[in-house]
Amino acid sequence: MQALYAQLLVGLINGSFYALLSLGLAVIFGMLNIINFAHGALYMMGAFTAYFLLSLGGLGYWWALIIAPIVVGIFGMILERTMLQWLAGLDHLYGLLLTFGIALIVQGVFQNYFGSSGLPYAIPDYPQIGDWRGLQGGINLGFMFLPIYRGWVVIFSLVVCFATWFLIEKTQLGAYLRAATENPTLVRAFGINVPRMITLTYGLGVGLAALAGVLSAPINQVRPLMGADLIIVVFAVVVIGGMGSIMGSIITGFALGVIEGLTKYFYPEASNTVVFVLMVLVLLVKPTGLTGRAA
Amino acid sequence: MADAKLAEAPAKAAGGAEVLSVRDLQAWYGESHILHGINFNVKAGEVVTLLGRNGAGKTTTLKAVMGIIGKRTGSIRFDNQEIIRASSDRIARKGIAFCPEERGIFASLDVRENLLLPPVVRPGGLSLEQIFALFPNLKERLYSQGTKLSGGEQQMLAIARILRTGARFLMLDEPTEGLAPVIIQQIGHTIARLKSEGFTILLVEQNFRFASTVADRYYIVEHGKVIDGFANSELSANMDKLHTYLGV
Repeated sequence: MQALYAQLLVGLINGSFYALLSLGLAVIFGMLNIINFAHGALYMMGAFTAYFLLSLGGLGYWWALIIAPIVVGIFGMILERTMLQWLAGLDHLYGLLLTFGIALIVQGVFQNYFGSSGLPYAIPDYPQIGDWRGLQGGINLGFMFLPIYRGWVVIFSLVVCFATWFLIEKTQLGAYLRAATENPTLVRAFGINVPRMITLTYGLGVGLAALAGVLSAPINQVRPLMGADLIIVVFAVVVIGGMGSIMGSIITGFALGVIEGLTKYFYPEASNTVVFVLMVLVLLVKPTGLTGRAA
Repeated sequence: MADAKLAEAPAKAAGGAEVLSVRDLQAWYGESHILHGINFNVKAGEVVTLLGRNGAGKTTTLKAVMGIIGKRTGSIRFDNQEIIRASSDRIARKGIAFCPEERGIFASLDVRENLLLPPVVRPGGLSLEQIFALFPNLKERLYSQGTKLSGGEQQMLAIARILRTGARFLMLDEPTEGLAPVIIQQIGHTIARLKSEGFTILLVEQNFRFASTVADRYYIVEHGKVIDGFANSELSANMDKLHTYLGV
């Protein structure tokens, strides 16, 4: 049973990253109509920003959690202003190719300087309160041993996902965003600066990817190709969940992480393919994805 | 051209300062040249109606004023400011509100969110209570999905949401299209009420009978040009011409 719980936890951790990344992809796709293939590279940049902040600036994990999404988000907004905005109205294929190219360039630059092996990034050992040493160590729950950092990643990701959902579904800003997703021309004719909102939305989606990168740094190390490995699975998650829905991408992200974890326990041989098998099945039965809207 | 002169002629029918003045407006959808020199004006407090057959360029004229047509030339002056090159969000913030023909109710927003969507651009807009007094149906369906409303309710919502913004110049594109007579009547009352409260309204209508109940002046649009114009008081004298223009 210990092993089952351990795999479930791994599944939830992976699910956290799937959810944060597919959420950003869904938001970006909704507003920009772009399939953001650079998402994995931006996730990697988030992890590297955390690494640089620590090694060059002496700023630790908690600072990175705030600064990295902002820095990478700004990088994303510059990409949007200088390149992506010119693709408005064109076929999806152009956005996909452009962002794929950006991903290759960014990854190539990082590989050139850092190779392909991982750089270590420690779990933070502060704040220290009593026996707590930051997020290091673990708790024995009786039925399993829970490393604190992993529990933190799952809970923090859930909070961020929920906050994003709330922002988009329940606030006035979110209403602008949803409306502009449907009919940007009319929303602009109401007096809202839609181009600026699109830039900020891209920054938000990219910031979420960078945040996931920081969260993942202590678990998966910091590697130039860390995003390239993950993004393929995340796209399968997005296809299964459907592009249209915020809550859909959150739930699908976590659910597929857990399904993957369970598969690792019950039939490890299939653990790397189960997501893609599900993707094929969903595409056969409901091509718009489980929660997606028809085009 | 006689156009410019003719645009001035009927303007004396109503008072008020000139709010909107359109001169030699040309507009393109991609490669196709739709407007070939539109001339007209609207004075404060007037209801002015653009009449014309399908495809004459009436909707395109509204869209060009709103700044949502890609390429446009000529002059559009609103409150004595040139807006021909302004982006549509800037134009909206100057106090022009647009209710599109397809109504543009957002499916992913509920009625309340649809109603609150257009930002307030200046003080003096209607409060929610005033809006619910005009359109009681909306209050009952506040938390329904916007597109679950009936056609008439959607039209009311589309008008209601631009009354909140403080814009005093409203452009309504075929507000009666596809609606039942009783709803058309209600929209007619609403327009009359708005006019009495000092709103200036530029209306596009196919339904001439409806237009004649609310309009102060008419312009006839044909092949992307304004070819005629007259005041409501001159209507009976112009009926024959009108039948020819509209092909009814």
